[in-house]
Amino acid sequence: MTGELGDIWVYLRAGPLLWLTVTLVAYLLAQFIYERAGLNPLLNPVALAVAMLAAVLVLTGTDYQTYFEGAQFIHFLLGPATVALAVPLYSHFGKVKAVFLPMAVALVCGAVTAVVTAIGTAYLLGASFETLASLAPKSVTTPIAMGISDQIGGLPSLTAMLVIMTGILGAMLATPLLNALGIRDWKARGFATGVAAHGIGTARAFHVSEVAGTFAGIAMGLNGLLTAFLVPLVIDWIR
Amino acid sequence: MLASLTALLLCQLLGEGVVRLLALPVPGPVLGLAFLLAFLAVRRAVPGPLNQTAGGLLHHLSLLFVPAGVGVLQHLQRISAEWLAIAAALLVSAVATIVVTAVVMRAMIRLMKLDEAAEEEKAG
Repeated sequence: MTGELGDIWVYLRAGPLLWLTVTLVAYLLAQFIYERAGLNPLLNPVALAVAMLAAVLVLTGTDYQTYFEGAQFIHFLLGPATVALAVPLYSHFGKVKAVFLPMAVALVCGAVTAVVTAIGTAYLLGASFETLASLAPKSVTTPIAMGISDQIGGLPSLTAMLVIMTGILGAMLATPLLNALGIRDWKARGFATGVAAHGIGTARAFHVSEVAGTFAGIAMGLNGLLTAFLVPLVIDWIR
Repeated sequence: MLASLTALLLCQLLGEGVVRLLALPVPGPVLGLAFLLAFLAVRRAVPGPLNQTAGGLLHHLSLLFVPAGVGVLQHLQRISAEWLAIAAALLVSAVATIVVTAVVMRAMIRLMKLDEAAEEEKAG
Protein backbone atom coordinates (compact mmCIF):
# COMPACT_ATOMS: atom_id res chain seq x y z
CA MET A 1 0.00 0.00 0.00
CA THR A 2 1.43 3.41 -0.96
CA GLY A 3 0.41 7.06 -0.91
CA GLU A 4 -2.73 8.40 0.75
CA LEU A 5 -4.36 5.02 1.37
CA GLY A 6 -1.26 3.87 3.20
CA ASP A 7 -1.25 7.06 5.29
CA ILE A 8 -4.88 6.57 6.26
CA TRP A 9 -4.21 2.96 7.26
CA VAL A 10 -1.20 3.96 9.37
CA TYR A 11 -3.32 6.66 11.07
CA LEU A 12 -6.31 4.40 11.78
CA ARG A 13 -4.23 1.44 12.91
CA ALA A 14 -2.71 3.50 15.72
CA GLY A 15 -6.00 4.67 17.29
CA PRO A 16 -8.58 2.82 19.37
CA LEU A 17 -11.51 3.39 16.96
CA LEU A 18 -10.41 0.85 14.35
CA TRP A 19 -10.01 -2.16 16.65
CA LEU A 20 -13.10 -1.35 18.69
CA THR A 21 -15.15 -1.32 15.48
CA VAL A 22 -13.48 -4.40 14.01
CA THR A 23 -14.23 -6.33 17.25
CA LEU A 24 -17.93 -5.43 17.04
CA VAL A 25 -18.11 -6.33 13.33
CA ALA A 26 -16.37 -9.68 13.93
CA TYR A 27 -18.77 -10.47 16.78
CA LEU A 28 -21.88 -9.59 14.75
CA LEU A 29 -20.61 -11.75 11.90
CA ALA A 30 -19.91 -14.65 14.29
CA GLN A 31 -23.36 -14.28 15.85
CA PHE A 32 -24.93 -14.35 12.37
CA ILE A 33 -23.08 -17.56 11.43
CA TYR A 34 -23.99 -19.21 14.77
CA GLU A 35 -27.68 -18.39 14.33
CA ARG A 36 -27.69 -19.50 10.70
CA ALA A 37 -26.18 -22.84 11.76
CA GLY A 38 -29.10 -23.45 14.14
CA LEU A 39 -27.09 -22.54 17.28
CA ASN A 40 -24.69 -25.42 16.69
CA PRO A 41 -22.50 -25.58 19.84
CA LEU A 42 -19.43 -26.24 17.68
CA LEU A 43 -19.86 -22.79 16.08
CA ASN A 44 -19.71 -20.89 19.36
CA PRO A 45 -19.79 -17.14 18.53
CA VAL A 46 -16.98 -16.25 20.94
CA ALA A 47 -14.68 -18.87 19.42
CA LEU A 48 -15.58 -17.73 15.89
CA ALA A 49 -15.04 -14.03 16.62
CA VAL A 50 -11.72 -14.70 18.35
CA ALA A 51 -10.50 -16.82 15.42
CA MET A 52 -11.47 -14.11 12.91
CA LEU A 53 -9.83 -11.32 14.91
CA ALA A 54 -6.67 -13.36 15.55
CA ALA A 55 -6.38 -13.97 11.79
CA VAL A 56 -6.84 -10.24 11.04
CA LEU A 57 -4.21 -9.24 13.60
CA VAL A 58 -1.69 -11.75 12.27
CA LEU A 59 -2.33 -10.77 8.63
CA THR A 60 -1.98 -7.03 9.36
CA GLY A 61 1.01 -7.52 11.66
CA THR A 62 -0.77 -5.81 14.56
CA ASP A 63 0.33 -6.68 18.10
CA TYR A 64 -2.11 -7.50 20.88
CA GLN A 65 -1.30 -4.33 22.88
CA THR A 66 -2.35 -2.11 19.95
CA TYR A 67 -5.50 -4.18 19.45
CA PHE A 68 -6.36 -4.04 23.14
CA GLU A 69 -6.18 -0.25 23.26
CA GLY A 70 -9.37 -0.29 21.20
CA ALA A 71 -10.93 -3.47 22.56
CA GLN A 72 -10.45 -2.45 26.21
CA PHE A 73 -13.71 -0.49 26.14
CA ILE A 74 -15.60 -3.74 25.58
CA HIS A 75 -13.39 -5.62 28.02
CA PHE A 76 -14.10 -3.04 30.74
CA LEU A 77 -17.81 -3.95 30.74
CA LEU A 78 -17.02 -7.40 32.16
CA GLY A 79 -16.86 -5.84 35.64
CA PRO A 80 -20.35 -4.30 35.67
CA ALA A 81 -21.66 -7.41 33.86
CA THR A 82 -20.40 -9.56 36.72
CA VAL A 83 -22.22 -7.32 39.22
CA ALA A 84 -25.32 -7.55 36.99
CA LEU A 85 -25.40 -11.35 37.46
CA ALA A 86 -26.98 -10.56 40.84
CA VAL A 87 -30.25 -9.62 39.06
CA PRO A 88 -31.14 -13.03 37.48
CA LEU A 89 -29.74 -14.71 40.58
CA TYR A 90 -32.18 -12.75 42.76
CA SER A 91 -35.12 -13.12 40.35
CA HIS A 92 -34.88 -16.93 40.37
CA PHE A 93 -34.28 -17.32 44.09
CA GLY A 94 -37.94 -18.13 44.79
CA LYS A 95 -37.90 -21.16 42.47
CA VAL A 96 -34.99 -22.79 44.21
CA LYS A 97 -36.06 -22.68 47.86
CA ALA A 98 -37.62 -26.17 47.68
CA VAL A 99 -34.37 -27.83 46.60
CA PHE A 100 -31.97 -25.51 48.41
CA LEU A 101 -30.10 -28.16 50.40
CA PRO A 102 -29.63 -30.66 47.51
CA MET A 103 -28.37 -27.74 45.40
CA ALA A 104 -25.95 -26.51 48.04
CA VAL A 105 -24.45 -29.99 48.57
CA ALA A 106 -24.23 -30.66 44.81
CA LEU A 107 -22.65 -27.23 44.28
CA VAL A 108 -19.89 -27.81 46.83
CA CYS A 109 -19.14 -31.31 45.43
CA GLY A 110 -19.21 -30.08 41.84
CA ALA A 111 -17.09 -26.98 42.44
CA VAL A 112 -14.43 -28.95 44.32
CA THR A 113 -14.45 -31.65 41.60
CA ALA A 114 -14.03 -29.07 38.82
CA VAL A 115 -11.03 -27.38 40.44
CA VAL A 116 -9.29 -30.49 41.81
CA THR A 117 -9.64 -32.69 38.68
CA ALA A 118 -8.46 -29.87 36.39
CA ILE A 119 -5.41 -28.99 38.49
CA GLY A 120 -4.70 -32.64 39.34
CA THR A 121 -4.76 -33.85 35.73
CA ALA A 122 -2.62 -30.98 34.44
CA TYR A 123 -0.20 -31.35 37.38
CA LEU A 124 0.29 -35.07 36.70
CA LEU A 125 0.97 -34.30 33.04
CA GLY A 126 3.67 -31.78 33.98
CA ALA A 127 1.97 -28.43 33.39
CA SER A 128 3.72 -25.28 34.65
CA PHE A 129 2.48 -23.33 37.67
CA GLU A 130 1.14 -20.49 35.52
CA THR A 131 -0.86 -22.97 33.46
CA LEU A 132 -2.23 -24.63 36.62
CA ALA A 133 -3.23 -21.27 38.07
CA SER A 134 -4.86 -20.29 34.77
CA LEU A 135 -6.76 -23.60 34.64
CA ALA A 136 -8.05 -23.59 38.22
CA PRO A 137 -11.02 -21.21 37.76
CA LYS A 138 -11.94 -22.39 34.24
CA SER A 139 -15.44 -23.68 35.12
CA VAL A 140 -16.82 -20.28 36.15
CA THR A 141 -18.01 -17.45 33.94
CA THR A 142 -15.19 -15.47 32.29
CA PRO A 143 -15.26 -12.17 34.25
CA ILE A 144 -15.07 -14.02 37.56
CA ALA A 145 -12.52 -16.56 36.27
CA MET A 146 -10.23 -13.82 34.94
CA GLY A 147 -10.39 -11.97 38.25
CA ILE A 148 -9.47 -15.14 40.16
CA SER A 149 -6.69 -15.99 37.71
CA ASP A 150 -5.18 -12.52 38.05
CA GLN A 151 -5.27 -12.77 41.82
CA ILE A 152 -3.48 -16.14 42.12
CA GLY A 153 -0.72 -15.57 39.56
CA GLY A 154 -2.33 -17.08 36.47
CA LEU A 155 -2.63 -15.45 33.05
CA PRO A 156 -6.13 -13.90 32.73
CA SER A 157 -6.13 -14.01 28.93
CA LEU A 158 -5.15 -17.70 28.96
CA THR A 159 -7.88 -18.32 31.54
CA ALA A 160 -10.42 -16.60 29.31
CA MET A 161 -9.58 -18.98 26.49
CA LEU A 162 -9.69 -22.03 28.79
CA VAL A 163 -13.07 -20.89 30.15
CA ILE A 164 -14.47 -20.62 26.64
CA MET A 165 -13.12 -24.06 25.69
CA THR A 166 -14.57 -25.53 28.92
CA GLY A 167 -17.97 -24.02 28.15
CA ILE A 168 -18.06 -25.43 24.62
CA LEU A 169 -16.87 -28.86 25.82
CA GLY A 170 -19.39 -28.97 28.69
CA ALA A 171 -22.28 -27.90 26.47
CA MET A 172 -21.41 -30.66 23.99
CA LEU A 173 -20.92 -33.42 26.60
CA ALA A 174 -23.78 -32.70 29.04
CA THR A 175 -26.69 -34.22 27.10
CA PRO A 176 -25.08 -37.61 26.21
CA LEU A 177 -23.47 -37.95 29.67
CA LEU A 178 -26.66 -37.21 31.62
CA ASN A 179 -28.65 -39.55 29.38
CA ALA A 180 -26.11 -42.33 29.99
CA LEU A 181 -26.45 -41.77 33.76
CA GLY A 182 -30.25 -41.97 33.50
CA ILE A 183 -30.76 -38.57 35.14
CA ARG A 184 -34.14 -37.26 34.02
CA ASP A 185 -34.71 -34.51 36.60
CA TRP A 186 -34.35 -31.20 34.70
CA LYS A 187 -33.29 -29.43 37.88
CA ALA A 188 -30.29 -31.75 38.36
CA ARG A 189 -29.47 -31.81 34.62
CA GLY A 190 -29.45 -28.05 34.35
CA PHE A 191 -27.61 -27.50 37.61
CA ALA A 192 -24.81 -29.91 36.64
CA THR A 193 -24.42 -28.22 33.25
CA GLY A 194 -24.21 -24.78 34.85
CA VAL A 195 -21.59 -25.83 37.42
CA ALA A 196 -19.41 -27.48 34.74
CA ALA A 197 -19.91 -25.11 31.81
CA HIS A 198 -21.02 -21.66 33.12
CA GLY A 199 -22.76 -19.32 30.64
CA ILE A 200 -22.22 -21.39 27.52
CA GLY A 201 -23.68 -24.42 29.34
CA THR A 202 -26.56 -22.25 30.57
CA ALA A 203 -27.40 -21.12 27.05
CA ARG A 204 -27.37 -24.74 25.93
CA ALA A 205 -29.59 -25.84 28.85
CA PHE A 206 -32.17 -23.15 27.96
CA HIS A 207 -32.43 -24.63 24.45
CA VAL A 208 -33.45 -27.97 25.96
CA SER A 209 -35.66 -26.97 28.89
CA GLU A 210 -36.73 -23.77 30.66
CA VAL A 211 -36.31 -25.42 34.07
CA ALA A 212 -32.85 -26.76 33.17
CA GLY A 213 -31.83 -23.30 31.94
CA THR A 214 -32.97 -21.57 35.13
CA PHE A 215 -31.08 -24.02 37.33
CA ALA A 216 -27.99 -23.77 35.09
CA GLY A 217 -28.05 -19.98 35.49
CA ILE A 218 -28.27 -20.28 39.28
CA ALA A 219 -25.45 -22.84 39.26
CA MET A 220 -23.29 -20.49 37.17
CA GLY A 221 -23.75 -17.59 39.61
CA LEU A 222 -23.30 -19.63 42.79
CA ASN A 223 -20.32 -21.53 41.40
CA GLY A 224 -18.68 -18.21 40.50
CA LEU A 225 -18.98 -17.04 44.10
CA LEU A 226 -17.87 -20.35 45.65
CA THR A 227 -14.96 -20.90 43.25
CA ALA A 228 -13.66 -17.38 43.94
CA PHE A 229 -13.19 -18.46 47.58
CA LEU A 230 -12.14 -22.05 46.82
CA VAL A 231 -9.40 -21.57 44.21
CA PRO A 232 -7.03 -19.38 46.28
CA LEU A 233 -7.09 -22.06 49.01
CA VAL A 234 -6.27 -24.90 46.59
CA ILE A 235 -3.55 -22.87 44.86
CA ASP A 236 -1.91 -21.92 48.17
CA TRP A 237 -1.78 -25.62 48.96
CA ILE A 238 0.09 -26.63 45.74
CA ARG A 239 2.33 -23.57 45.57
CA MET B 1 -30.49 3.36 32.26
CA LEU B 2 -27.86 5.85 33.44
CA ALA B 3 -28.86 5.50 37.10
CA SER B 4 -28.81 1.71 36.96
CA LEU B 5 -25.45 1.64 35.15
CA THR B 6 -24.13 3.94 37.86
CA ALA B 7 -25.56 1.59 40.49
CA LEU B 8 -23.70 -1.35 38.92
CA LEU B 9 -20.44 0.63 38.83
CA LEU B 10 -20.97 1.79 42.43
CA CYS B 11 -21.36 -1.82 43.57
CA GLN B 12 -18.20 -2.75 41.67
CA LEU B 13 -16.29 0.22 43.10
CA LEU B 14 -17.43 -0.66 46.61
CA GLY B 15 -16.41 -4.27 45.97
CA GLU B 16 -12.93 -3.29 44.71
CA GLY B 17 -12.48 -0.95 47.67
CA VAL B 18 -13.43 -3.49 50.31
CA VAL B 19 -11.32 -6.23 48.66
CA ARG B 20 -8.23 -3.96 48.77
CA LEU B 21 -9.00 -2.69 52.26
CA LEU B 22 -9.45 -6.14 53.83
CA ALA B 23 -7.09 -7.99 51.42
CA LEU B 24 -9.88 -10.48 50.58
CA PRO B 25 -9.05 -13.37 48.19
CA VAL B 26 -11.98 -12.60 45.82
CA PRO B 27 -12.21 -10.37 42.72
CA GLY B 28 -13.80 -6.95 43.38
CA PRO B 29 -16.73 -7.45 40.95
CA VAL B 30 -17.69 -10.70 42.75
CA LEU B 31 -18.04 -8.82 46.03
CA GLY B 32 -19.94 -6.17 44.05
CA LEU B 33 -22.32 -8.93 42.92
CA ALA B 34 -22.84 -9.91 46.58
CA PHE B 35 -23.53 -6.25 47.50
CA LEU B 36 -26.13 -5.90 44.76
CA LEU B 37 -27.72 -9.22 45.77
CA ALA B 38 -27.95 -7.99 49.38
CA PHE B 39 -29.45 -4.69 48.20
CA LEU B 40 -32.10 -6.52 46.14
CA ALA B 41 -32.87 -8.85 49.06
CA VAL B 42 -33.46 -5.86 51.36
CA ARG B 43 -35.50 -4.04 48.72
CA ARG B 44 -37.43 -7.25 47.89
CA ALA B 45 -37.79 -6.25 44.21
CA VAL B 46 -35.68 -5.51 41.13
CA PRO B 47 -36.19 -1.90 39.90
CA GLY B 48 -37.37 -1.92 36.28
CA PRO B 49 -34.47 0.09 34.79
CA LEU B 50 -31.92 -2.09 36.62
CA ASN B 51 -33.60 -5.17 35.20
CA GLN B 52 -33.28 -3.66 31.70
CA THR B 53 -29.64 -2.60 32.05
CA ALA B 54 -28.59 -5.92 33.59
CA GLY B 55 -30.54 -7.80 30.92
CA GLY B 56 -28.89 -5.75 28.16
CA LEU B 57 -25.39 -6.37 29.50
CA LEU B 58 -25.98 -10.08 30.07
CA HIS B 59 -27.68 -10.55 26.71
CA HIS B 60 -24.40 -9.60 25.02
CA LEU B 61 -22.19 -11.28 27.61
CA SER B 62 -20.48 -13.34 24.89
CA LEU B 63 -19.19 -10.17 23.20
CA LEU B 64 -17.43 -9.07 26.38
CA PHE B 65 -15.27 -12.23 26.32
CA VAL B 66 -13.90 -11.54 22.85
CA PRO B 67 -11.08 -9.03 23.59
CA ALA B 68 -9.66 -11.33 26.29
CA GLY B 69 -10.09 -14.35 24.03
CA VAL B 70 -7.99 -12.71 21.30
CA GLY B 71 -5.21 -12.68 23.93
CA VAL B 72 -4.73 -16.32 22.93
CA LEU B 73 -2.24 -14.89 20.39
CA GLN B 74 0.09 -14.17 23.28
CA HIS B 75 -0.07 -17.74 24.52
CA LEU B 76 0.32 -19.84 21.36
CA GLN B 77 3.79 -20.97 22.46
CA ARG B 78 2.62 -22.12 25.89
CA ILE B 79 -0.42 -23.89 24.47
CA SER B 80 1.60 -25.81 21.88
CA ALA B 81 4.14 -26.76 24.57
CA GLU B 82 1.54 -27.93 27.11
CA TRP B 83 -1.37 -28.91 24.88
CA LEU B 84 -1.71 -32.48 26.22
CA ALA B 85 -1.93 -31.40 29.88
CA ILE B 86 -4.40 -28.64 29.01
CA ALA B 87 -6.65 -30.78 26.79
CA ALA B 88 -6.69 -33.70 29.26
CA ALA B 89 -7.40 -31.39 32.21
CA LEU B 90 -10.35 -29.75 30.41
CA LEU B 91 -11.85 -33.07 29.30
CA VAL B 92 -11.43 -34.96 32.61
CA SER B 93 -12.70 -31.99 34.61
CA ALA B 94 -15.77 -31.38 32.41
CA VAL B 95 -16.87 -35.05 32.54
CA ALA B 96 -16.18 -35.45 36.29
CA THR B 97 -17.93 -32.20 37.22
CA ILE B 98 -21.11 -32.96 35.25
CA VAL B 99 -21.31 -36.53 36.63
CA VAL B 100 -20.55 -35.64 40.28
CA THR B 101 -22.88 -32.62 40.41
CA ALA B 102 -25.83 -34.40 38.76
CA VAL B 103 -25.47 -37.63 40.73
CA VAL B 104 -25.11 -35.84 44.10
CA MET B 105 -28.08 -33.58 43.40
CA ARG B 106 -30.31 -36.49 42.36
CA ALA B 107 -29.25 -38.52 45.40
CA MET B 108 -30.01 -35.59 47.75
CA ILE B 109 -33.41 -34.95 46.14
CA ARG B 110 -34.32 -38.63 46.59
CA LEU B 111 -32.90 -38.77 50.11
CA MET B 112 -34.99 -35.79 51.19
CA LYS B 113 -38.00 -37.12 49.25
CA LEU B 114 -38.32 -33.81 47.46
CA ASP B 115 -39.03 -35.31 44.03
CA GLU B 116 -42.68 -36.17 44.75
CA ALA B 117 -43.34 -32.79 46.34
CA ALA B 118 -41.85 -31.03 43.32
CA GLU B 119 -43.97 -33.10 40.91
CA GLU B 120 -47.16 -32.29 42.84
CA GLU B 121 -46.33 -28.62 42.81
CA LYS B 122 -45.87 -28.72 39.05
CA ALA B 123 -49.18 -30.56 38.55
CA GLY B 124 -51.08 -28.25 40.89
